Amino acid sequence: MKASKETLLWMYEKMQEIRHYEETMAQVYLEGKLPPNIQKGLAFDIGSGPVPGEMHLAAGQEPVAVGVCAHLTDHDTVVGTHRPHHFAIAKGVPLDAMTAEMFGKVTGLGKGKGGHMHLFDPQRNFSCSGIIGASLPPACGAGLAAKKLGKDWVAVAFFGEGAANQGSVHESLNLAALWQLPVIFICEDNKWAISVPKDKATSIEWVADRASAYGMPGIKVEHNDPVAVYEAAGTAVERARRGDGPSLIEVKTDRYLGHFQGDPEVYRPKDEVANLRKNDPILRLAAQLRDAGQMNEAEDAAITARARQRVEDAFAYARASAYPEPRDALQHVFA
Amino acid sequence: MNSTRKLTMAQAISEAIGQEMERDPTVFVMGEDIGKYGGIFGATGGLLDRFGPDRIMDTPISETAFIGTATGAAAAGMRPIAELMFVDFFGVCMDQIYNHLAKNTYMAGGNLKLPVVLTTAIGGGYNDAAQHSQCLYATFAHMPGLKVVVPSNAYDAKGLMIQAIRDDNPVMFMYHKGIMGLPWMAYYEGSSGEVPEEAYTIPFGEAKVVRPGSDLTIVTLSQMVQKSLLAADELAKQGVNAEVLDLRTLVPLDRAAVLKSVAKTGRLLIADEDYLGFGLTGEIAAIVAENLDTVALKSPIKRLAVPNVPIPYSRPLEQFVIPQISHIVDAAQQIMKTRVTEGAYA
Repeated sequence: MKASKETLLWMYEKMQEIRHYEETMAQVYLEGKLPPNIQKGLAFDIGSGPVPGEMHLAAGQEPVAVGVCAHLTDHDTVVGTHRPHHFAIAKGVPLDAMTAEMFGKVTGLGKGKGGHMHLFDPQRNFSCSGIIGASLPPACGAGLAAKKLGKDWVAVAFFGEGAANQGSVHESLNLAALWQLPVIFICEDNKWAISVPKDKATSIEWVADRASAYGMPGIKVEHNDPVAVYEAAGTAVERARRGDGPSLIEVKTDRYLGHFQGDPEVYRPKDEVANLRKNDPILRLAAQLRDAGQMNEAEDAAITARARQRVEDAFAYARASAYPEPRDALQHVFA
Repeated sequence: MNSTRKLTMAQAISEAIGQEMERDPTVFVMGEDIGKYGGIFGATGGLLDRFGPDRIMDTPISETAFIGTATGAAAAGMRPIAELMFVDFFGVCMDQIYNHLAKNTYMAGGNLKLPVVLTTAIGGGYNDAAQHSQCLYATFAHMPGLKVVVPSNAYDAKGLMIQAIRDDNPVMFMYHKGIMGLPWMAYYEGSSGEVPEEAYTIPFGEAKVVRPGSDLTIVTLSQMVQKSLLAADELAKQGVNAEVLDLRTLVPLDRAAVLKSVAKTGRLLIADEDYLGFGLTGEIAAIVAENLDTVALKSPIKRLAVPNVPIPYSRPLEQFVIPQISHIVDAAQQIMKTRVTEGAYA
C-alpha cells in the first residue's frame, strides 16, 4: 500500500507535532525540579513542579505511531504503553485535555486522576498502561468485541521490545491467532528496556520471528521510517479488517531521551544518541517530500508552525486550568 | 571496633546484601536493572562491580520467570534475592509468589526450605499514580507463608536485610522509595543515619518504641514512622506527648509491643499508607479490641490510611488520600478530645 501525498503530509505534520510536544514537555517537566528550590542535597526532585512523577518521552519514535495510526479511524482501538504520547497524538486524542491530565488538572482526560502513563479517551478508543506487556490483552478484547458486533473495526496493541518477554504477550499472541481476532501487534524496538539492551534480555534477534510460532504473519520493519511502517501496517490492517486475523510487526526505532526524564543513562554509550539523531525520521521525510515536489519551503514552514502552535495552545490550556478539589479523590472508584 | 558512618537506606541495604554475598557463596541477586544501574532505587548499588554478572543478574522483564526461578533455585540449595521493581508489578507474577513461594513449604509438610528474599519498592508521595505508588504490604502479610519486613530507616534496614537473607523462609523486604535517600526524590532526613560497618542482625517480630510518650500511642511503619515522629514533635508543642511504635515487621507481628504501649497510654492512632479497608489498621485495632480485658482504652481508636481509592496522580488529590503529618496531628488531637463511653448495657 503506497502512501498518498495527503497521507505523507499528515504523517509529517503529526511527527512535527509529536516531536514538539515531547521537547516542550522535556523542558516544562524540569520546572521546579532542580536546585536550589528542592530539598538540600538532591540533584533533582521527581515529585516537584507543575508536571510531577515519572515522564517517559517518545522523541525519535514518531514513525511507529504515525505509520500505524494513519490507517485507523475513531472506531479502531489503540492501546499504548507507559511511553504513550506519540500514540495518543497520532490517534487524535485532544491535546488540551491530554496535557491538562499531565498537569494534574480537573480539565484533564481523567480529571487529574490518571497522569501521563494512564491516558483514557473512550471516545477515540485510546488507552494505555504503566504496566509492561499490559497493552495486548485489552487489544484482543477490542478485537473480540468488533468480531462479535459484526464490525470491521480493528485493534492495535503497541508494546516495547522489553515487553516481548512478558507472559501476557505470549498468551495474547496465541489467543488472537487461535480466535482469528482483528488485532495488529506492534513491537517498538528502541533497543533499551530502561538500562538493559535487547541482546541481554531476548533470546533471538527479531521478536517478529516469534509470530510463526503462533501462526500469524511476522513483519520486520528494519528502519525507523514512517513510510515503511505505513506500508507494513497497511497490509496488516487490511488483513484484520477482512477477517483474516492478527499480525505481528516489529519496528526498529530510536529512543532519543532517557527511559524517563532525569535518567542518568549511565548504561548508554555517550555518542549513541548523537548518532541516532543524524538519522532523524522527520528530517528525512521532509527531504523526501521536497525532493518529490510534494512540499515546498513555505508549505513546510506552515505545517511546522501549525503543529507547534497546537502544542503551545495545549500547554497554555493546561497551565490555565484549575486543580481538582482534594475531596474529588474520593469520586469515581465506581461508575 | 564499632565504626559507624551515616548511610542512606539504599546504601545500607546494598551493604547488607554485599556482606552476605561475601560470607555465603549461595547468595545471588536477580532483577530488572539491578546491574549497571544498581537498581532503580539503589538497593544493589555497586554490587555488579564487586561480584560480576554471574551473581548480580539483570533479567528480562519476565517477573513470573525470574521469581519462579528464585523459588526453584532456593529449593535446590541457593539463597536467591529477587527484586520486583515496584510492588505494584505483583500483578504479573503473583501466582509464583503466592501459590508457590508462599505455600510450598507448608504443602511439603515442612520438608522444604525456600530461603528467598523478595525485595520491592513501595509507596507514593511523588505523583506516580495508581500503578506505581501502592504499599500493599498488608496484601502480602494477609497471605500465610511470607515474612514481611518494612523498615523505616537505614540502621534497621541493614540488620533486617541480613536477618532476611539468613532466614530459611521467603521474606518480602519492602522499602519505601521516599526514605531510600535517593538523589532524585525528596526523603525524610531521619531515614538516613549511623550504620555500623560490620554485619549485624535485627530479629523479626520486635517492634521498636522510636519515641516514648504517655498520652497516646501511634502505631506505624515505614515512611510513616518518619512522618509520625515529625507529627509527634508538633503534638509536643501542643501539649500532647505521643509514643511512636515502629512495627518494623508485619509477619511476624509484635502484638505484645502494641498492647504494652496502648496499656500505658490508653489511646491508639494507627498511621498507615496502605489501603484502609481489610488491612493493617484493622488488624492492629482488632488486637487491642480482643484484649480490652487487660488493656483499658480512654478514647476510641482512630485509623489513618488511604481511604479505599486507588492512588490518584494529581498532587492535591494524592496529598489528600495519603496521610500527611498534619493529618496525624489532627487525628491525634481528635483522639485526645474523645472518651470511650461509660454507659451500661441492658
